[in-house]
Amino acid sequence: MGKTEKGKSSFFQKNSQLLVPLIALMLLVIFNLIRDPGFFSIELVNDNAGNPVLQGNLISILNGASELAILAMGMTLVTAASGGQDISVGCLAAIAGSVFIKVLKSGPITPWLVLGGVAACCLVAMCFGAFNGTLVSVFRVQPMIATLILFTCGRSIAYWINGGATPTVESDIVKAIGGFIPGFPIPAPILIVVLMGIFFALLFRFTTLSMYLQAVGINNNAARLNGINAVGVKLLAFVLLGLCCAVSGVIATGRLQLVNHETLLINIEMDAILAVAIGGNSLGGGKFKMIGSVIGAYIIQALTVTLYAMKVSSTDVKAYKAVVIILLVVLGSPVVKRWFGSMRNKLAVAGSRKEAA
Amino acid sequence: MKKLVILVLAIALMLVASFAIADGIKVGIINNPPSESGYRAANVLDFETVFSAENGYEVLTYYSLRNDEQLSAARQFINDGVDYLLISAAETTGWDAVLQDAQEAGVTVFLFDRMIDCDPSLYAAAVVSDMAVEGETAVNWLLAQNLEVYNVVHIQGAMGSDAQLGRTGALEAQFEAGTMNKVVQQTATWDEAEAKRIVESVINSGADFNVIYAENDGMARGAVAALDEAGITHGVNGKVIVMGFDCNKWALREVLAGNWNYDGQCSPFQAQVIHEMIQTLENGGEIEGLNEKKQIISVERGFDASEITEDDIATYGLGD
Repeated sequence: MGKTEKGKSSFFQKNSQLLVPLIALMLLVIFNLIRDPGFFSIELVNDNAGNPVLQGNLISILNGASELAILAMGMTLVTAASGGQDISVGCLAAIAGSVFIKVLKSGPITPWLVLGGVAACCLVAMCFGAFNGTLVSVFRVQPMIATLILFTCGRSIAYWINGGATPTVESDIVKAIGGFIPGFPIPAPILIVVLMGIFFALLFRFTTLSMYLQAVGINNNAARLNGINAVGVKLLAFVLLGLCCAVSGVIATGRLQLVNHETLLINIEMDAILAVAIGGNSLGGGKFKMIGSVIGAYIIQALTVTLYAMKVSSTDVKAYKAVVIILLVVLGSPVVKRWFGSMRNKLAVAGSRKEAA
Repeated sequence: MKKLVILVLAIALMLVASFAIADGIKVGIINNPPSESGYRAANVLDFETVFSAENGYEVLTYYSLRNDEQLSAARQFINDGVDYLLISAAETTGWDAVLQDAQEAGVTVFLFDRMIDCDPSLYAAAVVSDMAVEGETAVNWLLAQNLEVYNVVHIQGAMGSDAQLGRTGALEAQFEAGTMNKVVQQTATWDEAEAKRIVESVINSGADFNVIYAENDGMARGAVAALDEAGITHGVNGKVIVMGFDCNKWALREVLAGNWNYDGQCSPFQAQVIHEMIQTLENGGEIEGLNEKKQIISVERGFDASEITEDDIATYGLGD
């Protein structure tokens, strides 16, 4: 399909799944520009520590979506390989954040201790990821059921790690991770998202992981018969998602230098799955585009910020979000896509007839 | 033969058990699990400290977030022959039958922290916080600051919860009376990060405000983080007055440092009051000072940045 057109449309042919999310993002931008031309204005102000920082709704969107964008990256991998979703990412991030704070509380906070804390929570989260992955790949449990276990008990585990209440830390380094690096006006979480993006881009560029993930996701047995270690690939996807959870957990705790096991990144698992879906990826696994999921994450955050700017009550925000998401998901659904495809073909046929006549 | 032996053993065991009980006052405590919140952790610890063997108590405890589990535990405790039953119920309804059983079995019931919808004759007394009073204390403090204008950003807790209703009520009355202006009123459902997002959006909208009224400490912290990033001063001598609730130790330290202006207490310390009432009853006295709902309202204060001391933090602060 579509091979007849050439040249300028080749980008969209290759990336047709990105069409809906990109249009959605554009519509959101246009809507906001009409509603309030000043919506996207960015100011350079000095924060209370005297450092220059960028400020504005655009920064709020990019900054606030960081954890979601990173989780969406990992979720894309798991979705592609296993054809299912991990619903424990929020809980795992809470565990990771709690481990991070626990390590920081063990002594005077030096850069080395922070580094150790990050390493420890990455390790712990990857172990939990491996646990989920083992259930899914070795024991062939459905991903949603397998991760339901951690979804149920994850926040209790985080509670045990915290030993009650909501531990806080006082540290400029931790503050910088979730806020601004002194002297650098772009929020650190945005930089971390870029770093994670580069990490995955390099991983896909220099390894065959991307192909293996898709092969396993499209047909597990065929992939196995072709010599791909299907169990290992799925396991790896979950371990990488564990890493993403750890990074988001560190960012989320860094924002307020506090970890609350009950509220840290609460309900984010559903947003992460949504981001993958909005990004045009099939939730049934197989082919995937990670950039789509990241765009999906920014769409979700842009929607939230827009609704807040319109002074919609935060209890109603979810309902409005749902309406937009229904539209997006239906637009991106195979049925509607096929319908659009056939419409375009008809038009093309009609056009060529006209030319012939 | 075997059955007979078991029966004899069981009877012997019961006799031994009942003799053992005779030593202390037998108390059954039903509460929510400490994992629920920092408040609950402090609450559970308070009861475990006061109702100890050293104070002459033999204690049975049961912690659950589920009403049905709490109810069956209460039945079990009544069967076990406790003298007193102390309850912080998961839900306000469904307790009538159990409390009736307790009354018939001669068990004295005390409620703490949370009320139960039932006839006040079914319990001896209820030691509770009055969230509405907490809100009034805070709002009265705010009024006493004599600001020229009150432009308030109001961040609410989970809608419908006791704490939210009480702490919102007093402020809402000021909005309605026109003494204070509502810049934004949003719920962050106790989520710190959500509170930060809400305040961020207010700042981005360019609206002017000089008071942040957050219904718990965590949300106040989130709000302050947004102020810090935007370079808006807060606290004593700052542009924005910051108010929180719950009196976590870290929050009180912020008040002491002058970064926040006010923190309202929600006291989890009810055990001592109940302990004293039980001692009165044991000595043949009567409980006094109850209102028509048989309540004793915990004394709760607000801490002002200009008055708070290190001692206050040690005494009233929750957590570490």
